[in-house]
Amino acid sequence: MIYEGKQKIWSDYQKEIPDDHYFYVRSCIRQSFFPASEAAFLHITRNILNKDIFETEHHTTCGGIAYHSDAIPQETAMTIIARQFALMKKYGYENYVCSCITSFGLYCETMETWREFPDLKEKIAENLWKSCKLEFAVPKFLVHASDMIYKYRNQIAAHAKFKLVDHKTGKPLKVVEHIGCHYSKMFPSKGVGGAEYPYVLAGMIEAWGGEVVDYPERRHCCGFGFRQYFVKSNRGYSLSNTYKKFESMEPYEPDLIITNCPGCPYFMDRWQYVIAESEGKTYGKNGHGIPVMTYEEVAGLVLGFDPWDLGLQTHQIGPEPLLDKMGIPYNPEEKYKGKNGKDLGQPRQLDCIR
Amino acid sequence: MEKLYDRLMKDYRLREGLNACINCGTCTAICPAAEFYRYDPRRIVDIVQSKDEAEIEKLLKSDVIWYCGECMSCVTRCPRKNAPGLVIMALRSLSIDTGFFMESEKGRQMYVLCKDLCGNVLNYGYCIYPREFHYKGHEEAGTVWEWQEKHLEDVYERLGANFDGEGPGALRKIPDSDLAELKRIFDITGGTERMEKVKEAAMKKAEELGLSEEEYFNKVYTECKGAHFNH
Repeated sequence: MIYEGKQKIWSDYQKEIPDDHYFYVRSCIRQSFFPASEAAFLHITRNILNKDIFETEHHTTCGGIAYHSDAIPQETAMTIIARQFALMKKYGYENYVCSCITSFGLYCETMETWREFPDLKEKIAENLWKSCKLEFAVPKFLVHASDMIYKYRNQIAAHAKFKLVDHKTGKPLKVVEHIGCHYSKMFPSKGVGGAEYPYVLAGMIEAWGGEVVDYPERRHCCGFGFRQYFVKSNRGYSLSNTYKKFESMEPYEPDLIITNCPGCPYFMDRWQYVIAESEGKTYGKNGHGIPVMTYEEVAGLVLGFDPWDLGLQTHQIGPEPLLDKMGIPYNPEEKYKGKNGKDLGQPRQLDCIR
Repeated sequence: MEKLYDRLMKDYRLREGLNACINCGTCTAICPAAEFYRYDPRRIVDIVQSKDEAEIEKLLKSDVIWYCGECMSCVTRCPRKNAPGLVIMALRSLSIDTGFFMESEKGRQMYVLCKDLCGNVLNYGYCIYPREFHYKGHEEAGTVWEWQEKHLEDVYERLGANFDGEGPGALRKIPDSDLAELKRIFDITGGTERMEKVKEAAMKKAEELGLSEEEYFNKVYTECKGAHFNH
C-alpha cells in the first residue's frame, strides 16, 4: 500500500513530453556563452534522433531577464511571449520547446496567469494584434529542452561512445546535478520530478553511467539573482551563493557538475575562478576546479563529439580531468583554434586555478 | 488619491502571490537573499497584508524590496501557497510607478538595468548581447572571456553560431521588422513609459549631483554605501 501511495505521488510529477514536432526558441545567455550547446541539441534531436525541430529567425528574447530585473512591466513581457507563441502557430506547430529556464518559468507563470485571469489574456491578445498583427495562441505542450534530452536519455545511451565512468577503474563518476530555480520551484507539476526531487538531470546521469551526488545545498540557487549580478555593486550576493554550494558539495568530491539553466553553468564556472583568485581555494584536485557543463555538452561527450566542437574551451574551468577520466581523446593544440585551424592565440594562463 | 494597497492589488502578481500569510517564516528560512542581506520576506508580506499605508510607503522607499534575487525558492516551500517573490515584484513595480524607487540606493539601480537590458532588447532583440558584455566591466568572466571578446566573430564561427548573420541560428541578426514589433509592444504595454520614467528621474538626480550621464551611471553601478549586509 505504501509503495502504491508513493507511486501515486510520483505520478503527479511525471510530465507528458511529446515525441516529435517542436517549435524551438533560443536563450539569450546560452547563445552568448554556450552557443555550441544549442547546436548540439539541434544536432542530436534532428540528425541523430531524426526529430522535427523547427526554428525561425523571427523569434526574439522572451524578455525574461529584463522582467526579472524589473526593467519591463509584466504586460510587456506577456505580450512578447504572446508574440513567440503566435509565431509557433503561424509556422504550424503546437509543441513549444525552449532552451532557457528563465523563459520556461516565465512561460509557465504567464500561461497560469492567463488561465486564472481570462480578462488579462484577452487584453494581451489585443496588444498582440495591435503591435504585431499576429493571431493569439497558446502551446498545447510546453517543454524545456532538457525535458527532451531526458526523454531521449536511453536512446542517447544506446548510441554512447563514452560513459560517465572512470575508464581506468570502471567506477561511476560522481556527478552533481544543478537544476535552474525557475524550472520547477514555482510550478512543481511542470517539471520532471517536481521541485523537491527533480529527476530531469538525475535521469540523464544514471542513464549514462554516473552516480548522482546528494549534498545538503543541492537545491540552493546558484546565486544569479538577475539584478544581483547585473549591477556590479550587488555581485557579492551571486558569489556568496555559489560559494555556499561549493562548500557544501566539496566533501563529496564530485567529478562533474551538470546543469540545465543558462546562468548556472556560467556562474558556477566563473565564481570558482574568483574564489580561487581571492581565497586561493580550488574544489577539484591538484589545483583544478570542478568542470561545470550543460546537459547538451555532457550528452555530446557521451555521444563522442569533439570537446572543442562543444565549446568546452570557453569555460574558465578546464574540462581535461573529466575527459581523461572518461577516456575521451582530445588534441590540446586545437583547443583555442578558430575555424579551419585559424590561430586565435589563447587566454592568459592563470596560476590560481586550472 | 488611490491607496497604495489598492494599487498593489491591481497587480496580478499580488493577487496570485498573496493568499493568507500565517507568518511562519518558512520563506525567510529558505531565502538566499535573507542569508546575505538584512532581508526578511516574512516581514514584507506581513506589512503588505496589514494594509498599513505608512508602512507600505516606507517599504516602497527602502532598499529592502530590492534585495530579492527572484529565484522563487520561497514559492515551493510556503505552506499556504503564497509567493513572496511575486509580492516583491509587485512592490518594485509600484515603487517605480510612484517614483519612490529614487529614495533608495538599490532602487536607483533601476537606471542601469533599464538602460542596459531594455537597450539590448530594443536594439538587438536579446536581453544579453555579447558585443555589450565587456570584460572590463566583468572581470569575473575570466581570462577566457577576455580572450573570447578579442575574437568574438572567430570563436562564434568555430562554435557554429550565426553571429549577426541572416536566417536562423544562435546570435543571428534579428530582422529590423521584428525589432520594430518589439518597439511597438514596448510602446503600448508600458515598457517605453517605464524606461522614460526611470531615465527622467535619474537625469534629474544626476543634475542635482552635478554629474554627467556617464558619471551617474558609474556611481549607481558601483555604489554600495548602505548597511545592506548580514554579518
